[in-house]
Amino acid sequence: MKYKSQSVAKLYFIAAIALFVAQILFGLIMGLQYVMGDFLFPAIPFNVARMVHTNALIIWLLMAFMGAAYYLVPEEAETELFAPWLATLTFWIFLIAAGATVAGYLLLSYSELAKLTMNELLPTMGREFLEQPTITKLGIVVVVLSLLFNIGMTILKGRKTSINLILLLGLTGLAVFFLFSFYNPVNVVRDKYYWWWVVHLWVEGVWELILGAMLAFVLIKVTGVDREVIEKWLYIVIAMVLITGLIGTGHHYFWIGTPDYWLWWGSIFSAMEPIPFFMMTVFAFNMVNKRRREHPNKVATLWALGTAVMAFLGAGVWGFLHTLSPVNYYTHGTQITAAHGHMAFYGAYVMISLTMISYAMPLLRGRNAANPGKSQVLEMWSFWLMTVSMVFITLFLTGAGILQSYLQRISENPMPFMVVQDQISLFYWLREIAGLVFLIGLVLYVASFFVGQNEPEAAVAD
Amino acid sequence: MAQAFTKAMARNIFYGGSAFFFLLLLALTFQTEADFPNLDNRAALEGPMGAKITKGKQLWEENNCIGCHTLLGEGGYFAPELGNVYTRFGNSTDAIKGFIASRPENGIPGRRSMPQFHFSDEELTALAEFLKYVSEIKTARNWPPNIQG
Ligand code: HEC
Ligand code: HEM
Ligand code: HEM
Ligand SMILES: [Fe+2]
Repeated sequence: MKYKSQSVAKLYFIAAIALFVAQILFGLIMGLQYVMGDFLFPAIPFNVARMVHTNALIIWLLMAFMGAAYYLVPEEAETELFAPWLATLTFWIFLIAAGATVAGYLLLSYSELAKLTMNELLPTMGREFLEQPTITKLGIVVVVLSLLFNIGMTILKGRKTSINLILLLGLTGLAVFFLFSFYNPVNVVRDKYYWWWVVHLWVEGVWELILGAMLAFVLIKVTGVDREVIEKWLYIVIAMVLITGLIGTGHHYFWIGTPDYWLWWGSIFSAMEPIPFFMMTVFAFNMVNKRRREHPNKVATLWALGTAVMAFLGAGVWGFLHTLSPVNYYTHGTQITAAHGHMAFYGAYVMISLTMISYAMPLLRGRNAANPGKSQVLEMWSFWLMTVSMVFITLFLTGAGILQSYLQRISENPMPFMVVQDQISLFYWLREIAGLVFLIGLVLYVASFFVGQNEPEAAVAD
Repeated sequence: MAQAFTKAMARNIFYGGSAFFFLLLLALTFQTEADFPNLDNRAALEGPMGAKITKGKQLWEENNCIGCHTLLGEGGYFAPELGNVYTRFGNSTDAIKGFIASRPENGIPGRRSMPQFHFSDEELTALAEFLKYVSEIKTARNWPPNIQG
């Protein structure tokens, strides 16, 4: 850690990991409800568990991005953070808002929560991923604006690197597109059309800028490759992201009452969206192969390479699988979607967050470069357990999704939804088992922060 | 990559490309908005049931139905697609109302369960009219592929 004010990142990272644990526990609850329909009913209905699972995911990823920004921006700008106290204050506001929202989900019925938070004044609740009460959404806007102000001022007074500018651009886009969550017309088609300006333009647009900036930062650190080379790559990758991904939004405009021409625009452009993910994989491996130093933080490098591979698999390959409209006609809104959603979110955004945490946390905790061997080995175990089990979760859901699409939508005698779900329950059991292995991986991950801290670290090779 | 291809060139492609394709997205959005009136069943919203449908959408949202169900393929994958439930239930709003009203308080043992929401008759009508309105949206290729959703 070169600048004292970077230390605020630690708070964000710790909270992110805690919410990650909560996310997975609720994922396991839902996984069980899939096969034992009355599990925890009516205390925690499925929709409530789903809200906690997905919203905890979004919030902890935002926390990790913010922590990354507070860590990375001062180091790149070569100056202290503009207002460290503001970053600390913002953290507590964010944490309390997130905690209160989750408590609201679990302790009140959703309609009571809507009443309590006066949803009728500006109705924004009750849409997938955007279930948060309007006041929480406003809180998120304030928190992100405070971050933008803080890192914007830091960049202004310091060195201006491409990585910093791209990160700032990505976070600004995140704030701008989030504003569409406040637009909720009664007209369902228009509601859905602009809902995707938050969801798709986040994960297949501006978030990829954030991902790229974080990946480039860590790669410069662990490989020592020339910044010019890495930043040139970064620009090419994110250029391809937006060139394909903006019109690629059309892969969500196939069947929601939107005009036919979207079948073409959406299929063609989104079919090219895997290209930047592939380039990212090539880029990461190239840089590691050309490395000019052996950084002692081996596990951070492992996470970085893992991100590049798994993002390509989850977003690129599993996205392509169902992105052409003739295929999507049958798979839309099935377990195929869930399979892709899991591997893409894990491979791209969970893994890049863990990459950044893995690189920065040892430094934030006062070490020179890396954790001791013991702790790194444990973290590597957790990497493999979580990643391999996520591959299996994806494969099982894909199996379920293929059968579901066939039995419910393609076969001669289409069966009702509930009958089909019964038929494919074996896959859901297998998914739950894979989920338990994921949890073991996560427990080891958390444990890796507590082992071997008294041992000397591996030699610094810089 | 050849030496001649510099970082500045990559940066220009990024800014130029993003700006161009963002404008294209805006243009397509304007065209789409112009085509919406033929597809999105807005006549229902402006008709005599308009106020009911509005109320129905509010109830839909404030009870988080989307957390279990898909609507036109978007939402949770735990429970049946509801974009076409009106047709699946024989074009009957009464059947929809009856189904929602009759959910047992403590669920059905061993089966995926839907909560009992204690809606009034007026609220049930609003929800059913909302689902009827959605089923009359003109989706491309008449998605979903068949009645099972
Ligand atoms: C906790 C999950 C959950 C929530 C929340 C939920 N449902 Fe359901 N719903 C189900 C399940 C499960 C079924 C299938 C029940 C069965 O077949 O036994 C179902 C079935 C239905 C059906 C019949 C569909 C068919 O084709 O048989 C309708 C209509 C319906 N729900 C409407 C709603 C509405 C309206 C709301 C919101 C007010 C809602 N549901 C909220 C789980 C849920
Ligand atoms: C990291 C990047 C990505 C993430 C995190 C991601 C995540 C998701 C999620 C969560 C959904 C489900 C949305 C819903 O609930 O309705 C979804 C849907 C979809 N994604 Fe992605 N995705 C990514 C990239 C891609 C790419 C690159 C493609 C195409 C090549 C793609 C194609 C699709 C399609 C076609 C759907 C719609 C599925 C349906 O019809 O039900 N995604 N994505
Ligand atoms: C880091 C790991 C995980 C990530 C990033 C993740 C992400 C997500 C996302 C984005 C959704 C919404 C899906 C969509 O709309 O397409 C979702 C839903 C879900 N997740 Fe996870 N999840 C993870 C781990 C798990 C685990 C371990 C389990 C359980 C074994 C699980 C079970 C579920 C279930 C059952 C749903 C609901 C799907 C539905 O709507 O029917 N998840 N998860
Ligand atoms: Fe998308």
